[in-house]
Amino acid sequence: MLAIETTNLTKDYSVGFWRKRPKRVLDGLSIHVEKGEVFGLLGPNGAGKSTTLKILMRLIFPTAGAARILGKELDDVSAHERIGFLPENPYFYDNLSAAEFLNYAGALFNLPRAERRRRADRLLEQVGLSNASNIQLRKFSKGMVQRLGIAQALINDPELIFLDEPMSGLDPLGRREVRDLILGLKETGKTVFFSTHILADAEMLCDRVAILNLGRMQGCGELKEMLGMGIHSTEIVLESPRQELVDQLKSYGGYSVRTGERVRVEIPHEGDVAAVLGKVLQTGAKIVSVNPVKMSLEDYFLAKVARGNRKSAGKELVAEAKGGR
Amino acid sequence: MNRVITIALHTFKEAVRDKVLYNLIVFAFLMIACSILFSSISVGIQQIIVIDLGLSSISVFGVLMAIFIGIGLVSKEIERRTIFHILAKPVRRLEFIVGKYLGLVLTLVINTAIMTVGFYLALFYQTRHLGAEDLGPLATIYFILLQLAIVVALAIFFSCISTPILSAVFTFCVYVIGHFLSEMRWLGTTLHSGVMKWVTAALYYLLPNLSDFDFITRTAHGEKISGTLLVSNSLYALLYVTVLISASILIFEEREFK
Amino acid sequence: MSAAGLSSARRVSPKHICWGLLVLCLAALFPLQSQIDRDIGIYARISDVLYVPPGTNLKLLCLGNEGLVADVYWTRVVQYFGREHMEGARGEFRLLAPLLRITTELDPQLLIAYRFGAIFLMTKQPVGAGDPQAALQLLRRGIVANPNYWRLWQDLGFVYYWELHDYKMAAKIFAMGSRQPGADYWMKALAGTVAAKGGDLQTSRLLWSEIYRHAENDAIRNTAEYHLAALTAKEQIDQLNGLLEIYKRKAGHEAHSFRELNALGLMSGVPVDPSGVPYVIGADGCIALGKRSPINLRLLQ
Repeated sequence: MLAIETTNLTKDYSVGFWRKRPKRVLDGLSIHVEKGEVFGLLGPNGAGKSTTLKILMRLIFPTAGAARILGKELDDVSAHERIGFLPENPYFYDNLSAAEFLNYAGALFNLPRAERRRRADRLLEQVGLSNASNIQLRKFSKGMVQRLGIAQALINDPELIFLDEPMSGLDPLGRREVRDLILGLKETGKTVFFSTHILADAEMLCDRVAILNLGRMQGCGELKEMLGMGIHSTEIVLESPRQELVDQLKSYGGYSVRTGERVRVEIPHEGDVAAVLGKVLQTGAKIVSVNPVKMSLEDYFLAKVARGNRKSAGKELVAEAKGGR
Repeated sequence: MNRVITIALHTFKEAVRDKVLYNLIVFAFLMIACSILFSSISVGIQQIIVIDLGLSSISVFGVLMAIFIGIGLVSKEIERRTIFHILAKPVRRLEFIVGKYLGLVLTLVINTAIMTVGFYLALFYQTRHLGAEDLGPLATIYFILLQLAIVVALAIFFSCISTPILSAVFTFCVYVIGHFLSEMRWLGTTLHSGVMKWVTAALYYLLPNLSDFDFITRTAHGEKISGTLLVSNSLYALLYVTVLISASILIFEEREFK
Repeated sequence: MSAAGLSSARRVSPKHICWGLLVLCLAALFPLQSQIDRDIGIYARISDVLYVPPGTNLKLLCLGNEGLVADVYWTRVVQYFGREHMEGARGEFRLLAPLLRITTELDPQLLIAYRFGAIFLMTKQPVGAGDPQAALQLLRRGIVANPNYWRLWQDLGFVYYWELHDYKMAAKIFAMGSRQPGADYWMKALAGTVAAKGGDLQTSRLLWSEIYRHAENDAIRNTAEYHLAALTAKEQIDQLNGLLEIYKRKAGHEAHSFRELNALGLMSGVPVDPSGVPYVIGADGCIALGKRSPINLRLLQ
């Protein structure tokens, strides 16, 4: 059984005051998430990430398409017994304390009182808020609220956790803590589905990602594969090479950068690396490092997004030309 | 059912910690104390004034509480998106609405009970004697509570369809109109348009007839409320609240939270 | 609603329940409200006006909206007492005086309230409250607040004239009224007539016709019509009694039917009263109104 499965999920909004036109914010999203993996939903702002999450949380309703969570239909409330959700920029109740809030969250799962208290204490410690358990939420900092949000998402020990921009607004320490938390969840076999526009986090955490832009999926798959497809050059760092050597190496088509005594040379084609190394060794130059340069997620992302934008920009131009507005 | 109770108790807890509530209660007690003051300057009708003003305070402040806290608690959840984490849990939308309503009613019952104690303290101070014949106002206070139950349901209903400020305005308007429905209906009969006659008659039955529950002045003069009226009004309040809450649930089920 | 694969049975059910409850409860509200109306009684809704103590500064409580509140109270006056058929108002006139008092305290310039009140307070039951003193009180306050409005003088004089039969007082008041700006020309003459002749039919008819002509609403107009009909009937009865006398003298015995009068050529056909119901000759030999006649001669006492 898949943890999450969406088929052609589509969402239109009506915009415009007099003549309502549909605006498509999500277009035919079909993804699946295996149990036990960390799945990232990436995309720039306005891509449809939050929309997807809200549809899955039945906060909004899809215009077309279907989805299943842990094998159950979207409108089956019982599916929510085993999931947790951290909304984006969460805000909770000013007048309650952290402990009271977690108690409320636990009570909504019909957990018995003693169990609620036990879990609340444990979770507060896990997210580092034990000292703040009796402080009213109005006094919490943004980071503390975020951490409490994760705690409430875990109160029912869910199999599947949804996080909407979990790192937003956190300082580097906070982000590190959340990252560790997510990795910890993965280790216990839970499935994590989170949306983010911070690629570095995704790169570090996700097994698989889907990239959204302007409501459409631009790419989906295992991170390794997507980025592996892009190993495209090798970078060699030399120390104090002779200039003739450097000029020779340039002929292979890459760049060279001199920083003090060190020169970084790029060799675009993998096949040439052996030959280059041979030449270098012949001249007796000192090799500091040899690194295959993988395409970063950012490069991949920007390429996809740019292409997507060009496509849709083109569509808009066509529509305008046809006389629509 | 458990979840409904959980939400109700949480709503109650939230309401009780709301500053607005305390301000209103303080004002209510002030008014009740003032009634003693007024009564000392109106010879011969001291007790009447205490009962009249005291009950009116309970009614007026109850309505203010019902409107502001009622709207605050539902609209706030939607505006501040705390409702996101609730709906992510296995909570049905109707459970949310019913739970909120019951929590608010509980808040109003407790507040009214507190103010009733204050009222009887004032009465005791005034008359130096409380007997069985002083239980009359309790039935009137019960009617005030029934009114408040309807007003809170109105507040929730409007919160589901519009912004907090508009909800407060609409609820207040319906509250005022609800006291003048017989005048409005009569006005319709004097107009020559058949359509208007029908419209005003329909509105008479559709809008909440809050003047059914107004017994303060008569109670102050010792009139008793008949048993059949107690039953009829209770039933009316129950039916009307059911209508409003059902409508709220139907609207809330379709609502999207962006 | 949600295209995401509805498990229809589970999803639709609570909605159906809600719709069902909504419709059922709305429908039940209709008979229930009628029942409550009966329980409370239409007049009990406003009977708390009995308890608004006099002299309270109501205006304070209105927070500047006295005019509006006065209008509300005036609306209630007309609503509960201004009906075309007066039966509904029977027995509840005790609320009329307080309602009018409050209305005119809040808005002393609401002239219609004084006029309406005067007529319905002074007129005998069941058409009115039968309380001429209350009418006098109301009108006096009206004149204090609106001393130059001559019609209030007319009404005040009328109460003395019609109900209290104090013709001297009435004449004095009519004279005062005739001096107010805008007074109709006949007020002076009226003063003289009343002083001289007291309560004769002509004068009464003139006064009621005035009220009829200037009636501000249907209730007043109907009452005036009612009184005028009684006056006309009285006149006609007097005339017919005269004919009976003539017949008695000519025929030597009392007439028992109009045919006998027809036979003697004293009149033709059967006379009808202003409402169209035929007169009858009573057992005592005098003309009386038909049983079905709505005209009430007691108003003339």
